Amino acid sequence: MEIRWHILLAIIGASVVTLLPRVLPLVVLSRMQLPDWAMRWLNYVPVAVMAALIGQELFMNDGKLDISRNYTEILAAVPTFATAILTRSLLGTVVVGILTVMVLRFIL
Amino acid sequence: MSEKVQVNKQDFTVREDSFYQGVKDCIPTLLGYLSIGFAAGVVGKTSGLSLLEITLMSTMIYAGSAQFIMAGMIASHGSVTAIILTVFIVNLRHLLLSAAVSPYFRHLTSFKTMLIGTLLTDETFGVAMNKAMNRTSLDEKWMHGLNVTAYLNWIIATIAGAFFGQWITEPEKFGLDFALTGMFIGLLVLQMVSRKKFFKDLMVAVCAVGLVIGSSYFLSGSMAVIAATVIAATLGMAVEKWR
Repeated sequence: MEIRWHILLAIIGASVVTLLPRVLPLVVLSRMQLPDWAMRWLNYVPVAVMAALIGQELFMNDGKLDISRNYTEILAAVPTFATAILTRSLLGTVVVGILTVMVLRFIL
Repeated sequence: MSEKVQVNKQDFTVREDSFYQGVKDCIPTLLGYLSIGFAAGVVGKTSGLSLLEITLMSTMIYAGSAQFIMAGMIASHGSVTAIILTVFIVNLRHLLLSAAVSPYFRHLTSFKTMLIGTLLTDETFGVAMNKAMNRTSLDEKWMHGLNVTAYLNWIIATIAGAFFGQWITEPEKFGLDFALTGMFIGLLVLQMVSRKKFFKDLMVAVCAVGLVIGSSYFLSGSMAVIAATVIAATLGMAVEKWR
């Protein structure tokens, strides 16, 4: 049970570069009135960022398009999306997703 | 002191914006956080990090993707500078999340918005934006309830993962690696069904997926996410303006 010096340095550095992008826009932008177009743009950020993250998780491996290795996840995404649309429950969606992947990996 | 506690307790059940309500609204994301945090702990352990180092990482960095990448780089003896630079790029997308929630915290002082931003993650962002639908501001206490619950759950999950990591060799067998994707799918769908912009949202989402794949040929993974988000959101903004 120890903390090595270079690991501690990496953790401190990483915590600073993680903190800044989280905090700066909130502090700066909440101080001023944003123009209409900026608000409209920010309105689409949640959908865009979530979709981009899902696309990356589902269709890519090591930063490259790779459908052959991800077919289980792509298949599992179907019932996961269906659960989200039908139940509108975040927890239910996550559980159905995990169980589907588990079952698919067991069968396939 | 005891009087104050009692008053707060009453507030709990009545107010929709209380700290306690924030805690409750966080519950649906807990399982996702637990499994990802658990996986992060297992991966950290197998990369040779000590329990204390893993705990420190979760407490100070508190970002799943960054912690996975750090564990990998530490295992392959990456330099401290390279690690910090990579983590910076991976977490740049927080700029967008932080900017997008900023209009809802206009009523707070800089110090208070700083505290809120410190614990902002993809998941608490998703929950907060769903709550923000059809409102102009979010409550500070509610947001802290959401953030702090997610934060503590994450720390506990990574410690548990680091602890049990010595016996678990294949977390993928149980589908745990899909928790993150499942949570993003849930957050995306909830976001889309609760506002009246379905077709524009769908277009933005499909574009974002295409862009993240397309741009991966000349950008690293996390930069591709940022580029896709910026371009897709701009498309959404433009389409809304022309109509």
